[in-house]
Amino acid sequence: MSDSKQKSIDLATQEILKKAQAENIKTAWDRLESQEPQCGFGQLGLCCTVCDMGPCRIDPFGEGASVGVCGANADTIAARNLVRKVAVGASAHSDHGRDVAHTLSLLSEGHTHDYGISDIEKLKDLAQEFGIDINKTKEEITKALSKKLLEEFGRQEGELVFLKRAPKKRQAIWKKLNIAPRGIDREIVELLHTTTMGVDNDYKNLVNTGLRCALSDGWGGSMVATDLQDVILGAPVPIRGKVNLGVLKENYVNIVVHGHEPILSEMAVKASKDPELIKLAKGVGAEGINLAGICCTANEVLMRHGIPVAGNFLQQELAIITGAVEVMIVDVQCIMPALAEVATCFHTKLITTNPKARFPGVNHIEFKPENAYEVAKQIIKSGIENFTKRNKERVNIPKQEMDLVAGFTKEIIFQILGGKYRATYKPLNEAIISGRLRGLAGVVGCNNPKQTHDYFHTTLVKELIKNDVLVLQTGCSAIACAKHGLLIPEAAKEYAGRGLQEICEAVGIPPVLHLGSCVDNSRILTAASYIIKEGGLGEDLSDIPAAGCAPEWMSEKAITIGFYFVASGVYTVFGASPFATLGSKNLTDYLTKDLESIVGGRFEFCAEPMQMAKIMIEHIDKKRQALKLKPVMYQ
Amino acid sequence: MSKVVAAAVIRGAHDIFKQAADFLDKTIKEKGPDAKIGFPETAFYLPLTYALMGIKVETLKDVSPVLEHARSLLPPVPEEKVWLPYLGNALDAGIAALLSEEIIVALRYLMGEEPQKDCNGFFTDTIMRSLGIQLVDGRMPGFAAILGAAPDNKTAVEIVRQLQERNILVFVGSAAGGRSIIDQLLEENVQMGWDNYIVPYGRDTISAIYPLNWAIRSALTFGGLKPGQAEKCLLYTKERVFAFGLVLGKLDDIKYATGAGAINMGFPIIADTDIPEIRPSGITSYEALVKELDYKKIVSRCIEVRGVKVKVAHVPIPVAYAAAFEGERVRKEQLHAEFGAKASLSFEYLTSKNLDQIQDGKVELIGPDIDQLEENKKFMPLAIIVDVAGRKMQKDFEPILERQIHRFINYAMGIMHIGQRDMNWMRVSIDAFNKGFRLKHIGVILHAMLHQEYSAIVDKVEVKIYTKQPDVEKLLPQAKKAYEERDERIMGMTDESVDTFYSCTLCQSFAPNHVCIITPERLGLCGAYSWLDGKASYEITPTGPNQPVAKGELLEEKLGQWKNINDFVYQKSNKNIEKVSMYSLMDSPQSSCGCFECIVAIIPEANGFMIVHRDYSGMTPCGMSFTTLAGSVGGGVQTPGFLGIGKLYIVSKKFISAEGSLKRVVWMPKELKELLGDKLEKRAKDLGVPDLAQRIADETQAVTSEELLSYLQKVKHPALEMPGLL
Repeated sequence: MSDSKQKSIDLATQEILKKAQAENIKTAWDRLESQEPQCGFGQLGLCCTVCDMGPCRIDPFGEGASVGVCGANADTIAARNLVRKVAVGASAHSDHGRDVAHTLSLLSEGHTHDYGISDIEKLKDLAQEFGIDINKTKEEITKALSKKLLEEFGRQEGELVFLKRAPKKRQAIWKKLNIAPRGIDREIVELLHTTTMGVDNDYKNLVNTGLRCALSDGWGGSMVATDLQDVILGAPVPIRGKVNLGVLKENYVNIVVHGHEPILSEMAVKASKDPELIKLAKGVGAEGINLAGICCTANEVLMRHGIPVAGNFLQQELAIITGAVEVMIVDVQCIMPALAEVATCFHTKLITTNPKARFPGVNHIEFKPENAYEVAKQIIKSGIENFTKRNKERVNIPKQEMDLVAGFTKEIIFQILGGKYRATYKPLNEAIISGRLRGLAGVVGCNNPKQTHDYFHTTLVKELIKNDVLVLQTGCSAIACAKHGLLIPEAAKEYAGRGLQEICEAVGIPPVLHLGSCVDNSRILTAASYIIKEGGLGEDLSDIPAAGCAPEWMSEKAITIGFYFVASGVYTVFGASPFATLGSKNLTDYLTKDLESIVGGRFEFCAEPMQMAKIMIEHIDKKRQALKLKPVMYQ
Repeated sequence: MSKVVAAAVIRGAHDIFKQAADFLDKTIKEKGPDAKIGFPETAFYLPLTYALMGIKVETLKDVSPVLEHARSLLPPVPEEKVWLPYLGNALDAGIAALLSEEIIVALRYLMGEEPQKDCNGFFTDTIMRSLGIQLVDGRMPGFAAILGAAPDNKTAVEIVRQLQERNILVFVGSAAGGRSIIDQLLEENVQMGWDNYIVPYGRDTISAIYPLNWAIRSALTFGGLKPGQAEKCLLYTKERVFAFGLVLGKLDDIKYATGAGAINMGFPIIADTDIPEIRPSGITSYEALVKELDYKKIVSRCIEVRGVKVKVAHVPIPVAYAAAFEGERVRKEQLHAEFGAKASLSFEYLTSKNLDQIQDGKVELIGPDIDQLEENKKFMPLAIIVDVAGRKMQKDFEPILERQIHRFINYAMGIMHIGQRDMNWMRVSIDAFNKGFRLKHIGVILHAMLHQEYSAIVDKVEVKIYTKQPDVEKLLPQAKKAYEERDERIMGMTDESVDTFYSCTLCQSFAPNHVCIITPERLGLCGAYSWLDGKASYEITPTGPNQPVAKGELLEEKLGQWKNINDFVYQKSNKNIEKVSMYSLMDSPQSSCGCFECIVAIIPEANGFMIVHRDYSGMTPCGMSFTTLAGSVGGGVQTPGFLGIGKLYIVSKKFISAEGSLKRVVWMPKELKELLGDKLEKRAKDLGVPDLAQRIADETQAVTSEELLSYLQKVKHPALEMPGLL
C-alpha cells in the first residue's frame, strides 16, 4: 500500500505517512502489507490452539477435517475463540477499573496525597447506590465506598450493584437468562474456564456465558472506572479542545500521553503547568511545555482539562515521526510494540510506566498512586532535557488542527437541557418522540489499517446526523470525527438534518457528542437508562430508537463492548471485518439473527459506511414504529 | 435556544441582577439593613424566592443571600465560535432574572414606588385564592401575560377581546417603543380590572414578575408543595397553570431574560416580531419561543403553543342547543329546508390536516344559504366538510369524530339529522329558520362541540359548507373513497390477526352487567363501534369504556372462547357472566345492552335463525315484532338462541360460525337484505350458496312459521339439511 490517500483520509496522517515512506520508517500500514494474505483459517475462526493435540483446523469447504482432534466442530471452535476475546476485553477494562478503585482505597487510607475527592456529590450518589450512610464524613464514605467497589471484583454471589441502574425490564431479562453477572472477576474466570479443552461445547451456551462476562465489564468494571475517575479526577463538563497532529508545537517541549488510564496522565497535566518545570523548559530554549494525548488517555485528559488530542490509534507512530515529540508516556492498552522501534529513529524517549506493560529496551519509570506527582515531574523533566536533542531539520508538524467540544456525560445532560432548576432528560426524549430526532446512535471503537483511516467513522457519522440521528461517541472514533470538524457546534448547520439542527441550535451542542474514552461507553448505558426513566420511549433499553456500532474496530475490547451492548438490548453493527466466526454458520446466525429474540439486541456486520448508516437508520425507524411514534418530522 | 436568544437572555439577566444589587445597596444605605421588606397581603414573603429557595425574606439583610444565589446562576455569554451548550445556562440566567426582579419590585414597594399609576401591582393572596382555584381546575382555561404594545390601539383591543372571549385572564403591561398596552387600552376606554379579566400589572418589564410570582403561589397553595421544592413547584406551574407570555413589539435583553424565567415555569413566549424561534419542547409542553406575525392568528397560536384547552361554554347559535333536542323530529308541515335522503345530494365528511393548514373556528359557506332557496323548492344539495387538526390526532380517529356530526347537529332545536356519511338526512324547521338559523351555524356547532368533547385530540376545527350541485358532486368521490378506505381497513382484518380485542362498557350506565367484546370480525352490537374504533377510543381516553383485552389462551376455537376474555367479562359483568362465545348463538352467546341494530332469534322448527332489524316494525315468523323481541334480549343477560348484533356482523365470516353462519339464516326483512346488498351476495358466494339471499325468506314470502317452512322447503334452504340445532 503506497498511496497515502488510500491509507487515510486525514491530511495530517497523509503528510506524515509520506515522510515515513521517504525516511523508510515502517508503520502499521506497511506491516499489514507484509502480513497479506492474512490467514484464512484465522479469519473464519476455524483454527484451534486450545490444547496441544492441535493446532487443529476445520476445512471450511467441507472436504477435509470437520472436527479437531478432540472432536470439537466449527461451531465450538469459533465460539470458543470468540468468547475468549470477550474475556480478554473485559479483563482489560475491568482491570483498569480495579486500579482506579485501588487508587480510591489508597487515598481513603491516606497513602497518597496527590489525589483527592474532586466530586463530592458524585461520591455521595455512588455511596447511596451501595447503601452507605452519606451522613458520615467524607473520609468514612470514601473508605466504605472503595471497600464496596473492590468487593464487586471479588464478589461470588448475587448481582453487581450497578445492574440496578438498568430499567427493571432489562434486569428481569438478565435474570431470566441467567446472565446477570455475579462478580466482575468471577465472570471472566468462569468464561475462560468454559473455553478450555473439553468443557463447554455448546456454541449458544458459550455465547451466553460471553454475554454475562461482557455485562460484568459494561455494567461492572468499565462503570467503576468511569464513575470513580469522575469522583477522583472530577466529572467532565462541556469543554473546548483541539485535535490532530497540528496540536504539537514546534517551539515547545512536546509531551505525549498515550494509553488508557488517566490516573498518571492527570499528574502529567498538573506537572506540565508546574512553574518550576516551565522555567526549566524555557531554560533549554523552549517556549513552554505542551502536553498532548493519543488514544483514550487523550480522551480522558481532553474531557477533564481540554488537553489537545494529537491523534487516534493509527496516529501513535505518526506523532513520533513528526520529529517533534520529546517524550511519549504510555500506560496500558493499544500501545503498538512498534513504537519502541519508531522512537529509535528520532530523539523521542518512549517511557513505559505500568508494570503490566513493559517493552524490551525501553525506559521504564514505574508509576504508583503513592508517588504519582513525583514520577510525572521526573518524566516531564526528562522530556525537557530531551528537547535539546531534537533535530530541528527532521521536524515536520502538519498544520492540521481542529476545534472540538467534548465533556458530555450522562449527568451533565440533565443540566445542559434544563439548567439547575429544571435539570431533565425530557427535551431529549421529546425530541425523539416528536420526530425532530430520529433516534440515537453510539459510534465507538478503534482504527484498523484494513480500513481507510477515519473514512468509515466520518462518512457514517455524517450520514447519520444528516438523517437526524444524534450521535454519541467515545474513543478513537470520536477523535476521527473531531478531526473532521464534526464535534463543533457549527457542524450542526453544515451537516445535520433539519430536526437535529433545531435541537443543536436550541441546546447549543454539536450534532456529535463526545462522551470520553472506551471505558466511558458505560456512560452511554446509564444515559440510556435515564432515557427510559424519563419516559415515553418504552420500558427497556431495547425499546429506544437507537443503534450502536464500531466501524473501524480492531481490539478485543471492541468485541466485549459489542457483547455488552447487545446483551443490553442494543442492535450493534461492526465494520472493518466481521468477527472471526464465518466458519460457523450456526454461530454467525446465532449472533446476527437469533440473539434479537433472546436479549433484544443482535450483531450485524457491514463493510460499507453508507450501507451501515442505512441499516442503522432502518433499525431506528423500526423501533420508532414499535413505539408508535410519529414519523420523523423532517423527512 | 438559539444562540442569539441565549446571549440576550444572559446579558439581560446580568443587567437585571446588577439593577437589583445596586438598588439593594442604595436602599440599605437609606433605610438600614433591618428595614422590613415584603409585599402587601401575602403569607409567602417574596413568593418566588420562597417557593424556589425556601427562604423567608423579611428585612433588607435577608435579601443578600438571595442575590448571591442569583449571582451564582449567572453564566457567561456564549462565545461567537465553538460555543459551549447554552440552553441550561440560559434557563439558569432566567431564574436569576426572576429572583432579581422580585427583589427590585419589593424594594420599590419599600420606597413607595409601586403599584404604578392605573396598575394593580402585586397580586394579593386573596385574589390568588378567589381566582386561583379556577386556574388549576380548568374553569379558567388559561392566562396571558402581555408585554409591550400593539402596533396600534385597535389591534391591542382586538387581541385582548379575543382572549376574553375564550375566558382567558389577561395581564397587561410592560412597554415597547415607549408605549404600553395599558395606555392603549385606557385610550380606547377598555374597562380593566379583575372582573373584566384584564389586569394591568405595570409599565415596565420588571413588573411582569407579578403574574409570575402569583402563578408560583398556586404550587404552594393548591399543589401542596413545600417552600424550597423548586423543581416540583416549576413542574407544577408547567403542568397546571396554563399561562403564556405574549410579547408585542421589539424584544430587549430584559424581556428575553424574563421570558427565560417564564420558560423555566413552563410558560412559552409568543412574539409578534421576527425573532429566532425555539421549537423543541421539554421544558415547556410544546414550543418554548415562537413568532406569529399575523395578528389575526396570534391568539390561536398562543393557545396552541401553550396547549390551552379552550372550552366554549355555550354554542353561539340563534336556536336553543342541548342534548334534550336530540330526538326531536322536523315534520313536513314544519319543514323549511331539507338535505339528503330522497331530497337532494348530501354528505358529510371529516378529515384531519396538519395544524398549519387549518384556521381554527373558520366557517365558510360556499353557495346559497337557506334564505336563498329557489321558489317552491325546499331542498338543496349539501356537503359538510370538516377539517380538524391536533397534535394527538390520528387517521383512525376520523370516523369516530365524523360520527359525532349526527349528534352535535341534532342537539340544535329545530334541526333534525339522521344517518351519516353520504346517507345523511337533515331538516331545518321553519321556526329555526325564523329565529335566524343559517347553514354556517352548522360549522359553529361542530367547531364548538368538537373542541368541547374532544379537546384531548382536537386543537383546531375548520368547516366548509357547500350548497352548489357541481361543488357537492365534485367533492363526493373523494369522501366516498375515504369511506371505503375506512371500511376496508377493518374488512381486511381477522380475529386471528390480532391478539387483543376491545371491550365496550359504554352502556353500563343503563345495562350495568353488559359487556361488549369487539373483535375485528365482530363489531359492537350497536353498529357504531368497530375494533379500530375501540382501539382509537382507548387511545383518546385510556381510562374510558373501551379497554384492550388480550385474548390469552384459546379455550374453544369453534365457539370463540378465550381465557382472558372470559375472565374480563366475568369481572366486568359484576360476576354475572362466566363465559362468552364470540361466534355462537346457542352456547354462552354474548349478552345485549339494548342498543342492538338487529336481533337474531332461533326458529326451532326451521332448524335456523331469523334476523330482524330495528327499522322493521312488522311481524316476524317467530311470532314477535322487533320491539317485543328486544324486551327479552336486552338488559345484559345471556339468552341462548337470541342475540343482539350490529348489521355488518351478518356478513362477517365469524357470524355465528359455530352454528354454520349465514347458511343458518332463514328469514330477514327485505329492507335488511337490500341494505346489506352486495356484501350479502358476496358472503353467500363464499359459502358456496350463491343464491342464498333469495333462499332466505322475507316478509313478502312469510310472516308465520308455517309460511316460512313451506317457503324453505320450496327453495331447498340449506338450513334444513344442517345438523339439528337443539
